[in-house]
Amino acid sequence: MKVGIPRALFYYSFYPMFKTFFEKLGVKTVVSSPTTKKVLDNGIKDTVTDACVPVKLYHGHVADLIGKVDFVFVPRLVCIDNEATFCPKFLGLPDMVTYSIDNLPPLITPRIDFRNGRLELLKVCYSIGRMFTKNVVKIFKAYQESIKSLKNYEQEFLEGKIPPLNIKKRLNSDINLGALGYPYMLYDQYLSLNLLKKLFDLGVSVTTPEMISREDKLKQAGKLKKTLFWHYSNGVIRTAFHMFENCNIDGIIHVTAFGCGPDFIVDKLLELEAKKRSVPFLTITLDEQTGEEGLKTRLEAFVDMLRLRRRLA
Amino acid sequence: MKITYPYVGNSHIVIKNLLERFGNEVVVPPKPSKRTLSYGTQFAPEFACVPFKILLGTYIEALEMGADTIVSTGGVGPCRAGLYTTLQEEILKDLGYDFQMITLEPPGHYLKDLIAQIKKLINRKMSIREFWSIIRFVWEQLKLFDETELMSFKIRPLEIKKGETTRVYREMVDLIASAQTVKELREIRHEVNKRFENIEIKENYDPIKVGIVGEVYVVLEPFANLEIEETLGELGVYVERSMFLTHYTINNAVTDLFHIKGEKNVKKAAVPYFNEMCGGHGRESVGHTILYAKKGFDGVIHLSPFTCIPEIVAKSILPAVSKDYNISVLSISLDEQTGKAGLRTRLEAFVDLLDKKRQKFKERMA
Ligand code: SF4
Ligand code: SF4
Repeated sequence: MKVGIPRALFYYSFYPMFKTFFEKLGVKTVVSSPTTKKVLDNGIKDTVTDACVPVKLYHGHVADLIGKVDFVFVPRLVCIDNEATFCPKFLGLPDMVTYSIDNLPPLITPRIDFRNGRLELLKVCYSIGRMFTKNVVKIFKAYQESIKSLKNYEQEFLEGKIPPLNIKKRLNSDINLGALGYPYMLYDQYLSLNLLKKLFDLGVSVTTPEMISREDKLKQAGKLKKTLFWHYSNGVIRTAFHMFENCNIDGIIHVTAFGCGPDFIVDKLLELEAKKRSVPFLTITLDEQTGEEGLKTRLEAFVDMLRLRRRLA
Repeated sequence: MKITYPYVGNSHIVIKNLLERFGNEVVVPPKPSKRTLSYGTQFAPEFACVPFKILLGTYIEALEMGADTIVSTGGVGPCRAGLYTTLQEEILKDLGYDFQMITLEPPGHYLKDLIAQIKKLINRKMSIREFWSIIRFVWEQLKLFDETELMSFKIRPLEIKKGETTRVYREMVDLIASAQTVKELREIRHEVNKRFENIEIKENYDPIKVGIVGEVYVVLEPFANLEIEETLGELGVYVERSMFLTHYTINNAVTDLFHIKGEKNVKKAAVPYFNEMCGGHGRESVGHTILYAKKGFDGVIHLSPFTCIPEIVAKSILPAVSKDYNISVLSISLDEQTGKAGLRTRLEAFVDLLDKKRQKFKERMA
């Protein structure tokens, strides 16, 4: 029995958890191959034109698993923090996938909404577990182990590592930069055109939202008049506020996807806030056509400018 | 305090009456135009949806006309509309405008806030009775606007003299706008009926029937949808629309207060395809499409602003619905580049297709 996990969207936040859970149940997991042009092109073919790139890419990764697995795991992530839901496209994801891709293997699409009470996750795990085993103890163990593995994974980020890219944040650098964006943009090498690695190579110290603890982010919650409606967007905004206030920060790069719905609000709010605080701000919008060279030049120019500013200050 | 507010369909007249009778000075927002949109496009982020841009442009025009207070509705997501005002306020302040923003949140979630905000808008002494009679008047006016529009949809495809319905409709709108009392509204209602009845129509003509579904603003505001209903009507098509102003108000204020989620039968129809409430009107779009199919409509036009999130989800699902229920669906995504001529061509082609489909069906039945 094999379950496929698409390497896109929330994969980057929860992958170890998914993997551990299924494997402890005795089910093999197969992750779709890393993003390539072909995977993306497949996704583009299956989706409506004005969908955002990450959602197109998710479809490509689901398609990549066809023929390799017995099930594909496409959870419907609704809410995991009691204050905001995920982007509406996450909410409709299983529906979009079902009606957009032909010849799909059966999907496993649990709905995950923590507003249903504290036992939600356990309940969801139980119902998935029962598909594969009658052994309740085994399911419970798998659940516990999966949570542990998620904690470890999150801890690594807090220590400045980026496990999906296998790199580690530079600690002492002259330049302190926030690279803000959703994990599925930042940590997908192909989609981000290796943006983080490029910044590391320029010798700057880069902080991403995953490197800031939940508590620190929550402290910034009151800074906006109204909490945003989307989980990842709140993470990005709050990381920015945290960095403005607590880290002697030189600049912010906001990485966003072409056609992203929530981000037009997030980006503008970040831009205006950075302006108020005189922090240099750069938006990088990634789409199917962004060129690697162009990106490199823009990043170099931005970092040069920050260095110059430092020296003049 | 000089108040302005968003412009949607005919509601600006009703809102003006409401605010003025509550003792406020009002700056009626100008009807959206190319200029409005160009302001919006210039100062809104590139990926903002068209409704956001038009509203932002409207606010700029109204602030230039001397408004110093903007009243708008909020919302609780999961879509973006509920955050419009938060961002618009930041953008406008950054441009140097000095004003206050009053955001009315749906009562179910922030009832106390809402009452506090409404109090700010009542600036003269009045009795409870007077208050309710004002509410009743504006509600009746809103209803009459909706009824009149509905009638124009029915008559337009049948008219013999092209454009006559639209002309009468515009006249009637002005007439309704001039009403001051419920009694006058009652008289005007008769007049409206009479005027529409007097339009000369084709007999024994069974027009193509098309339902319009989609995101609320572009469905309700003719400027945003390039007057699609008029265009279709003049192509001889009977149009029905999934949403009216009165519905919108009820759904957002009344049902929200009692925590009733959406129109039940629409939701039920959509559930097999669309399992989740995605904000905006994505699920309603799917549900209404199914209901139109069941009612024997020839086709459905799905309107959405470019990059509109819930409608993208809907758009991904509609092809399956279209196949299962054998109803043709045309998805139109609107942005500042969409032109009326181009749209008309697409509509003509679509209507043509529906016509052919009908002929074929008839031949098969014969
Ligand atoms: S948050 Fe933006 S990028 Fe992510 S799924 Fe939603 S629209 Fe796409
Ligand atoms: S429903 Fe569509 S148009 Fe309305 S706010 Fe959301 S994205 Fe914008």
